[in-house]
Amino acid sequence: MEVLLFAVVTLGGIGLVSAIVLFIASKKFAVYSDPRIAKVAEVLPQANCGGCGYPGCSGFAEACVKAGSLEGKLCPVGGQPVMAKVADILGLAAVESEPKVAVVRCNGTCANRPKLSRYDGVKSCAIAAATYGGETGCSYGCLGCGDCVKVCQFGAITINPETGIAEVDESKCTACGACVKACPKGIIELRNKGKNNRRVYVSCVNKDKGIIAKKACAASCIGCGKCVKTCPFGAITLENNLAYIDFNICKMCRKCVDECPQGAIQAINFPPRKPKAEPAADATVKPEVKAEPVAVKAETKTEAAAEGAKTVGEQTK
Amino acid sequence: MKTFRIGGVHPSENKLSADKPIQIMELPKQVVLPLSQHIGAPAVALVKKGDVVKVGTKIAEAGGFVSAAIHSSVSGKVSKIDTVIDASGYRKPAIFIDVEGDEWEESIDRTPDLVKECNLTPEEIVAKVKEAGIVGMGGACFPAHVKLAPPPGAKAECVIINGVECEPYLTADHRLMLEKTEEILVGVSILMKAVKVNKAYIGIENNKPDAIRKMQEKAVLYPGIEIVPLKVKYPQGGEKQLIDAVIGRQVPAPPAIPINVGAVVQNVGTAYAVYEAVQKNKPLFERVVTVTGKSLKNPSNFLTRMGTPMSMLIEAAGGLPEDTGKVIGGGPMMGKALSTIEVPIAKGSSGVLIMNEKEAARGEAQPCIRCAKCVSACPMGLEPFLLATASSLSDWDKVEKEGIMSCIECGSCQFTCPSHRPMLDFIRLGKGKVGAIIRARNAKK
Repeated sequence: MEVLLFAVVTLGGIGLVSAIVLFIASKKFAVYSDPRIAKVAEVLPQANCGGCGYPGCSGFAEACVKAGSLEGKLCPVGGQPVMAKVADILGLAAVESEPKVAVVRCNGTCANRPKLSRYDGVKSCAIAAATYGGETGCSYGCLGCGDCVKVCQFGAITINPETGIAEVDESKCTACGACVKACPKGIIELRNKGKNNRRVYVSCVNKDKGIIAKKACAASCIGCGKCVKTCPFGAITLENNLAYIDFNICKMCRKCVDECPQGAIQAINFPPRKPKAEPAADATVKPEVKAEPVAVKAETKTEAAAEGAKTVGEQTK
Repeated sequence: MKTFRIGGVHPSENKLSADKPIQIMELPKQVVLPLSQHIGAPAVALVKKGDVVKVGTKIAEAGGFVSAAIHSSVSGKVSKIDTVIDASGYRKPAIFIDVEGDEWEESIDRTPDLVKECNLTPEEIVAKVKEAGIVGMGGACFPAHVKLAPPPGAKAECVIINGVECEPYLTADHRLMLEKTEEILVGVSILMKAVKVNKAYIGIENNKPDAIRKMQEKAVLYPGIEIVPLKVKYPQGGEKQLIDAVIGRQVPAPPAIPINVGAVVQNVGTAYAVYEAVQKNKPLFERVVTVTGKSLKNPSNFLTRMGTPMSMLIEAAGGLPEDTGKVIGGGPMMGKALSTIEVPIAKGSSGVLIMNEKEAARGEAQPCIRCAKCVSACPMGLEPFLLATASSLSDWDKVEKEGIMSCIECGSCQFTCPSHRPMLDFIRLGKGKVGAIIRARNAKK
């Protein structure tokens, strides 16, 4: 009996002392965590893609709470609605930001860009790019090994087996920017989604001199500067033999598209410019237009001159 | 017989052109001299379109401490400064010169006489080597003057000359040792003087018995130079492997360099270039190039001016065979497949190898069977299978911890792999990434 009692008292005593120590420790060494962080994290999409530039959704939530302003912070997956919720929780003003989408700036399809050599190494853009300029004469273009496809968590990028070039599915793209980082050639860019998903961009990143670029690819930017002169808004700049359209300034008049002798400037998701006589059934412009860039171009070019001015007026309104 | 301790493989030697004397390659109509023919900063052009240059005229100066000057290899007129696809597979800036005649700078001594005496101080020798634009001729193209100027705290104890030529097929160094024996030995003496040591070893693999014999015969005339015959094993020509084989010292992991164990390693080609620069005032503008391949009609060794297109050399060796699978700049183990045969010969072009389709075909990669052959083959004591896998998963912390920066990219792992796994491709990728991470980290400090 005595032994039993001794055991109960000793163990009970140890338990009590430990409890007191733990209680004091929990009070003294308590780490304060803002309850708002958990709340913000809850409204985030939990994709943990890192597109915001922070380590996962909880990291982004913490950054939002600590920063005290939502300036420059955007969850690319959730977009504006999620940021509005975050702003609500934190009692801050939501910062308007244009939704973006990944754009593959290469039009060097198998037809446009003849192959000069064959790469038989590991199917990885990073390794191919470290080995040499690529199978074609253009050392800037899409290698087609699909590093961007591998990193996309949303299944938004695929390599089109016909063109050999990466294509973005706009409905799935969240503009997290993973593909932008993965592309060793720096072809993919996040551009404003634009009104009605309409975009105008130079679909080429070739910085070689015009003559070399033209030889390498039939749809390359040759740095002629015609688009720069044509643009009424000064949205186009020419650097290192390569034109670039600033999407913040571009008003999508499409004058440059008509002017480009190489057809390197792409205008997508625009309605067809009143196709009259031609049997242009396949050129009815739908969101998946990029699969048929050649067809679209041909059509825009022929109709261009006459319709150009009119469309400009409509667009700028 | 000596060799290095860890790993190594035995590829078939295929030294097809070993008994072909060095022939002088005819001058091309135009030479293309890339501004980046070495490791380090590209050279800065000193000429412009329309300038008239002679053979040996300096046309570009070193763009930094780790960089090298470039000299014209022909006489003629600079036609343009443009870009050219070099051995890297990318367009790089280069100077194009249209050849007119063959007029040399007057300062160059063109007589074939051997000049043994050298009364220059070590500093003057290093300055001359730098001025001549000499880089490591084994293929890595590290500027030679940098190696001859040991960093503070490090002291050279001996010079080790690399006459190993462990790459299969290549015979440029072998022929040079046979035909320019004494010149090389004088060059070695000059190198010894430059780094202030009185001991030099010349390591030669015993698949070149004629070169060993000839070098040994002549070396008795040069105090302090010892010829070390070595057992044949790839990659014995690797700097660290050669040091281990010859003096039995192991260079610690990077950032340690050979000078930390007291060794200055130079190639026989470099020793010859140093002789010509110091004794004959002749800058580095030509080199011996092996043009070889099983299907090639006449595998040969050519003394070629820099900037000659490789296509011209292939033509001189019998033309491009019909069953060509790949044309490789360098040897089969460490060389690189070229995307065009118009690539100009540069300071580091030790060979042009034409592989037939059968040789060039890459085996289909199979799953790793854990045989650990790559581990036993790795001359740096690494675990290539692990580095490759971690690298393919972008686990850069892991590969750095596993010593990826020690990898010398010799390709022994991939050569020995029964599953044809592309290990080196992934390791190279990882090495590049980790190198960038380390540089960024150091820059922050």
